[in-house]
Amino acid sequence: MNDLVNQIQLVGDWLTSSEQWHGDDGIPHRLAEHLTYSGLSLLCATVIGLAFGLLVGHTGRGAFAVATVANLARAIPTFGLVVLVVTLAGLSTAPVLVALVALAVPPILINTFEGVRGVDPDARDAAKGMGMTGWEVLLKVEVPMALPLILLGLRVAAIQVVATATVAAYPGLGGLGRYIVDGLSRNDYELVIGGSAVVVALALVVQAAFTALRRAVVSPGLRPAVTKP
Amino acid sequence: MRDGEPLVRWAWIGDHVDELAHYTGVHLRLGLLPVLFGLIISVPLGMLCHRYRWVYPPTLTAANVLYSIPSLALFMIFVRYTGLTERTVMIPLTLYTLSVLIPNVVDGLASVPDPVRQAATAMGFSTVRRVVQVELPIAVPVVVAGVRVAAVSSISLVAVGQLIGQGGLGYYITRGLQLDFPTPIITATVLIMLLALATDALLVLAQRLLTPWARGKGAKA
Repeated sequence: MNDLVNQIQLVGDWLTSSEQWHGDDGIPHRLAEHLTYSGLSLLCATVIGLAFGLLVGHTGRGAFAVATVANLARAIPTFGLVVLVVTLAGLSTAPVLVALVALAVPPILINTFEGVRGVDPDARDAAKGMGMTGWEVLLKVEVPMALPLILLGLRVAAIQVVATATVAAYPGLGGLGRYIVDGLSRNDYELVIGGSAVVVALALVVQAAFTALRRAVVSPGLRPAVTKP
Repeated sequence: MRDGEPLVRWAWIGDHVDELAHYTGVHLRLGLLPVLFGLIISVPLGMLCHRYRWVYPPTLTAANVLYSIPSLALFMIFVRYTGLTERTVMIPLTLYTLSVLIPNVVDGLASVPDPVRQAATAMGFSTVRRVVQVELPIAVPVVVAGVRVAAVSSISLVAVGQLIGQGGLGYYITRGLQLDFPTPIITATVLIMLLALATDALLVLAQRLLTPWARGKGAKA
């Protein structure tokens, strides 16, 4: 218990020293880097994953391919992929972003697909019977009913991207992982634990944001729905 | 990467077979023991959540919050208490499995048809015997589906542990970066993927052996 207090104090000292808030190695700059990596790659992954997930879910064609991609992708060690990309393509942001997109697409893809696939056929038939076109069925029936799973996919992808962007500091990228990696190489525990605290805080904010988003956009008729990665 | 360096130097792999086998063993231990520990925690906890529904939402939220914390940060928090040991990698990996395993245990128990439960009670099964001999076996397919996801993710996450010196095959990933030499990185990455996929296949097989009654009916998982 005493140790926990010490640890919190260490984080407090680190967070409140003014050098943490200025310059290229300050928290605002590192956080901006981290959010840029994560946000950009999540945005690209969302566009790709949603488009293919909705297409395959709506038409039912390519289901096997989607399941295979999702299974294989889960087996890829993110750390290995990021380090490999840097070794092959050199230390620049773009290739790492491509790797982050590749990691974020599968969870969005599979959950969108399963969400649309799992829509009650009666609801779909009723929509068709009312004279809705294919697009209307997709946008007014299938997407709203699949929303809990779509959001779950987005949340898992976001968690994955934030965590991998942290690890990307090891082969030399910026972002919040820098503090942990630099602290480890300098044996500076205060830096390591301070950086970890900021990373944890970011992860909790992401988690809370998705919980709030879910409350805001999911139809009350659909609660409570599944929540697992 | 140096000019003229091939993507994979096959001779390197040939020279390192014994060492690769050693790290593969370590990797499997670091990746799979957490799944076992996770299961030991999740089965009773899932049963509790199934029995007392109000326990479930807070338990699941806690597991999801733990899951959202990046592994690198979680490792560092535990370094203080458990040092640069294997435990520092295995404890966070165990915590990560909970967000998949607990809901699957709960869903698995919920998949037991009520008439089956009543029939067992009517036949004179005690509660404990009913849970162990009837409900848990019926829950196996759903639980195994969770174990598969947990095992695959866990095996691929182990590599990050190399940043505290305990990453199994992750050793070759950092080594390759330091030497600017892609062969070990590619070898380790591919091996980790193969380990994950092989584990997944073995779990499917295990499920078939554990649920002989579901064979031939296209068991859903």
